[in-house]
Amino acid sequence: MTLLTTELPKPEPHRAVLLWRRFARNRAALLGLVIFVVVLIMAATAGLIEPTDPLRRAGVPLTKPFVDWATPLGTDQLGRDILASLFYGARISLLVGVLATLLSIGIGVVIGAVSGYFGGWIDDVLMRTTEAFQTIPNFVLLLALVAILGSSIEYITVAIAIVSWTAPARMVRAEFMSLRGREFVDAARNLGVSNTAIIFREILPNALPPIVVYASVIMALSILLESALAFLGLGDPNHASWGNMIGQGRAVLRSDWYCAAIPGTAIILTVLSFSLLGEGLNDALNPRQKK
Amino acid sequence: MTLHLPPILTYALRRLVQAVPVIVLIMIGTFLLLKLAPGDTVDALVGDMGGADAAYIARLRTEYGLDQPVWVQLWLYMVKLVQFDFGWSFVYEESVATILLERLGTTLMLMATSLSIAFTVGCFLGAFAARRAYSLTDNVISTVGLVFYATPSFFLSLMMILLFSVQLGWLPVGGIKTVAGFYTGWDHVVDVARHLIMPTAALSLIYLSFYLRLMRASVLEVADLDFVRTARAKGAGETRLMVHHIMRNALLPVITLLGMQFSTVLGGSVVVETIFSLPGLGQLAYQSVIQRDMNMLMGIIFLCAIIVVVVNFLTDLLYARLDSRIELA
Repeated sequence: MTLLTTELPKPEPHRAVLLWRRFARNRAALLGLVIFVVVLIMAATAGLIEPTDPLRRAGVPLTKPFVDWATPLGTDQLGRDILASLFYGARISLLVGVLATLLSIGIGVVIGAVSGYFGGWIDDVLMRTTEAFQTIPNFVLLLALVAILGSSIEYITVAIAIVSWTAPARMVRAEFMSLRGREFVDAARNLGVSNTAIIFREILPNALPPIVVYASVIMALSILLESALAFLGLGDPNHASWGNMIGQGRAVLRSDWYCAAIPGTAIILTVLSFSLLGEGLNDALNPRQKK
Repeated sequence: MTLHLPPILTYALRRLVQAVPVIVLIMIGTFLLLKLAPGDTVDALVGDMGGADAAYIARLRTEYGLDQPVWVQLWLYMVKLVQFDFGWSFVYEESVATILLERLGTTLMLMATSLSIAFTVGCFLGAFAARRAYSLTDNVISTVGLVFYATPSFFLSLMMILLFSVQLGWLPVGGIKTVAGFYTGWDHVVDVARHLIMPTAALSLIYLSFYLRLMRASVLEVADLDFVRTARAKGAGETRLMVHHIMRNALLPVITLLGMQFSTVLGGSVVVETIFSLPGLGQLAYQSVIQRDMNMLMGIIFLCAIIVVVVNFLTDLLYARLDSRIELA
């Protein structure tokens, strides 16, 4: 009878569970996740919890924080509610960050994949183009694009993607160059699979982990770029933005420094959360690299 | 008969030839951006004169080659760029090249000092943290590095102004020298240096974190390699091991980053120069956008690209010099 109770090895936990365990082992990454979720909630609930329009007067100008509970974090020199601006600003930061990241990774993957897969003159042309983009200082190119396209939020997002696709393109290219000679690729080619299918179905999934990790870096940089534009007054004037709040706060820096310090802290925490998330993702997706 | 050049020179020449297509592509890029921008040179010229009749405008267009096919215009534009003719700035009533030359010195000085500080201190701290990996010291250094990495340069600059200029009154708020100070000689040098402390510190602190993080990772990686164990087994002291074996090899990826990052730092100077009212290329780029001076903006892009190409060239040479694995010939 004891034969039936043979000790079988425990079933391997689901892949997602494994990834989560590796991610959660990194305490800092968990902290990053918590901050990110808070920012996400702020962005999602802007207008619900804090119904004040961030671009309209909500109270006495330059009310200090924690004085009037109608405006808990105080008001700026035009009497606009800082807490409301912070919520709506989170929405703009995340929106620009996520969309610009997806777009730049998309451009980078296509260019890097084609370049690394085909090699030869295609690779030469695409890599010289990538180098040309890397040679121009990204923020100066961003200024030029915004000057030409205009500074609506859509164009800013596209412009940020245009100045940040080069690094992912080079990463994808390197991955493709090392993967294109492997057996599974040869096998697929011998079966008559098309180049497009080999690139996207066979090689890309294997090249993805480092790109996912790098996406967190682009996300952080996109948010910094958007806030710098807004700080200089070149952002979209129809939306509250953290960078713009700091730019406005500069005028009252001497007396009411909290106007700049509150959104500044928000940017630092958000960007920090992406860096920490990125390290956690790296632990989860590239476990061999961990010492 | 073949020419026998020293290998480092052959390598340098090959790298220079590789830079040519990149520069041509950038020329085409700035040309396209100028074409995309609303209004052309003649529009700006006519606007500057306060209007002109149609026949005169047509004659001006012929004169500037604007009635030619696009590829002829591109050719004319590239010929001018090669001669460092960036066109005319209608804002400054001066040739773009003249203004750029005036502004270049300030930016180069700011870049050189900030990057030297960021690179040296970053590498030192990174190596220091790596030797005590996962200790309290390492955690503190790494965390502080991460926070500076996440801080927008404009916010850091503002907080520095708040602390050192407004609260403590130690340093000037902005500008390159005291207005109507009329300092000469040594006093002038000290005055300029005092104005450059905060912008330099702001840029260095932000970019220091890049070098710190990479250097830490790089030292950790190199310290695990076989040749380090061999050297230790041969009885090399820890200091000698660190300086001659680990640092030398760990520095290689950081030097690559120095070259690649240079264009990013040049971009970062736009914000910092604007905040501290430093009359450099960065502030000029911002003003050109506000004043819609497209000729000036494209001139800045092209000049910056040339600077980056030169810096990349130099870092490549340095890399080749340090890395014995690179075949120079």
